[in-house]
Amino acid sequence: MDSEVLLTIRNLDAYYGQAQALRNVSLHVNSGEIVTLIGANGAGKTTLLNSIAGVLNSISGKIFFEEEDIAGLPSEKVVARGLSLVPEGRQVFSPLTVLDNLFLGAYLRHGRKSKEKIEEDLQKIWGIFPVLKERMNGYAGTLSGGEQQMLAVSRALMARPRLLLLDEPSMGLAPLMVKEIFRHIAELPRQGTTVLLVEQNARAAFEVAGRGYVLETGRIVLQGSITELLDNKEIKRAYLGKGYREVWE
Amino acid sequence: MTIWNKKFECISPGELEQLQLERLQSTLNRVSRNVVFYQKIFEREGIIPERIRELSDLRRIPFTSRRTLRAAYPYDMFAVPLREVVRLQTSSGTTQEPIVVGYTRNDVEHWTELVARVLTGAGINRDDVIQISFDYGLFPGALGMHYGAEAVGASVIPASTAGSRRQITVMRDFRSTVLIAAPGYGLRLARMIREMKINPQDLFLRVGLFGAETWSENLRRELEERLRIKAYDFYGLSELFNPGVASECEAQNGLHIFEDHFIPEIIDPGTGRPLDFGEEGELVLTSITKEAFPLIRYRTGDITTLIKGKCSCGRTLVRMARVKGRTDDMFSVLGVSVFPSQVEEILTRIEGTEPHFQIRIDREADREVVKLLVEISPEIFSDEMKKMQKLKREIKGEIYKLLDLEVEVKLVEPGALIGRGEGVRRVIDNRNRG
Repeated sequence: MDSEVLLTIRNLDAYYGQAQALRNVSLHVNSGEIVTLIGANGAGKTTLLNSIAGVLNSISGKIFFEEEDIAGLPSEKVVARGLSLVPEGRQVFSPLTVLDNLFLGAYLRHGRKSKEKIEEDLQKIWGIFPVLKERMNGYAGTLSGGEQQMLAVSRALMARPRLLLLDEPSMGLAPLMVKEIFRHIAELPRQGTTVLLVEQNARAAFEVAGRGYVLETGRIVLQGSITELLDNKEIKRAYLGKGYREVWE
Repeated sequence: MTIWNKKFECISPGELEQLQLERLQSTLNRVSRNVVFYQKIFEREGIIPERIRELSDLRRIPFTSRRTLRAAYPYDMFAVPLREVVRLQTSSGTTQEPIVVGYTRNDVEHWTELVARVLTGAGINRDDVIQISFDYGLFPGALGMHYGAEAVGASVIPASTAGSRRQITVMRDFRSTVLIAAPGYGLRLARMIREMKINPQDLFLRVGLFGAETWSENLRRELEERLRIKAYDFYGLSELFNPGVASECEAQNGLHIFEDHFIPEIIDPGTGRPLDFGEEGELVLTSITKEAFPLIRYRTGDITTLIKGKCSCGRTLVRMARVKGRTDDMFSVLGVSVFPSQVEEILTRIEGTEPHFQIRIDREADREVVKLLVEISPEIFSDEMKKMQKLKREIKGEIYKLLDLEVEVKLVEPGALIGRGEGVRRVIDNRNRG
């Protein structure tokens, strides 16, 4: 087949103490795709990303990344395998400079010629986000919301992930900035990074993704190509609102 | 030959399994939320959708029967509100009460894509002129074919229920290359072509797609010979997609089931026990993409087997054998179990008969009596009594010889039993009536 499976999740359950947040979730992401996961607040979207990234450990089920089960691995081991999470709310290290934030993203990379390669990656990032280059010696805390989001994505890219988990990259950003960020997200597969994108802003997510899953109270209730999801009136009503096309275009 | 959707029709077994599981799980989550019938049986049987962790766990869920669908008339089995439904059709009239089936926009899109696969499998493409001689009504077959035919880019003639003469004139003048009809009706058209003194070689027909009633290999050969075409079988059912569940490829060695949309099982119709590849039984289907009218483990009533192994056409989807008959058509009389298709096989070999027949079973003074009504060709019908008697004896003798069944034969005029698009009711069992 033309598509190579990168991530396969089978029957994932996740708990916060007694409360079950995910129920029997199965999904897959092929190499080179942007797959989005949409759902209301509290549906379990962040929980799912945290479970994959090893941030949340009270889980059962299987998570295959490049055919190896990574369920329950600590997050640093998950990152080392090529899977990075950009958490919700950006969470950059405010007291550190932009450059130091980026170096931290490459923290797990060592070995022969790693310095040169990191330098190479920095150049790449300056190419994608020139504004970060301009401010590389400024403190992360002084960046605007949009710039912080760019930094968070860049920091994750410094680990050279094959799969990037993005949690609500549009959160708290002005519409123009959302467009800017999503323009860059759309480019990621071409640069060798596959994306699993969690979004409340389904409109923005549908612009860049090829497929999607709909999560409702911890369960997947629908999946399909973006065209199929857009043809579903329930999704339109619940996540896009009336007159969706007019608003976006 | 071309494959319409290689990505799914040639999917690897591992990818298919994951896809089916994902789609099954979300379908179960939807029906347990939206369909009262499934809510109730899940509750009664203690089934929690999230415990369905493997495809084989599906077997823990009870079957859905046609009776349930009839009781839900008209909308009780719908999984979406009516405002999301863009089309309503009914199941075919071979059974008494109709079943209303709704389709969302996505259902219609999927259906169209699956019919495009059916047509492409039969070698049909955008250069073809397709004559659809199914009734464009509540029965879904005609519109289903129509949408698929437009999707492959062919020129489509909705000939519908135009009279046979008109059908042939259209076929000749419009240069139809493909005929889509019930097999019995195809044969009737072949007869009309002869009557109108048209040489089949002067027509442009090259492919025939026949379905909506069970038909035999003998009938296939007869249609191919008389119409100078290659004849293909397809399978569907109006409660799911009809057509659009399975279809033949150029290898004509079974019908590929569209497993990215349906999970097939074969069961023993008596006990409900799951059967293996190659074992004959009733086909059970679970829809895994349908939005408006999803069905879990639906008993189709169709008798077939699943065929293991690779197909030479390159498609990886599992094949089913041509449908042998219907569980509700299979009858046991005087200790013999008979499928109407077996009777058809015999009749197509006897000169002068048409493959239209009806079996009527009555109880007369504690004795079971089987009457077989057979349509015969016009030449014979107008002929002398002697010939008719001889034909009767021949049919009676062949059926006794091959099926060990004693029948009374009654010959009827051509067209007396014919159904259009929806098929003839082949068995009428009056034994249990008051």
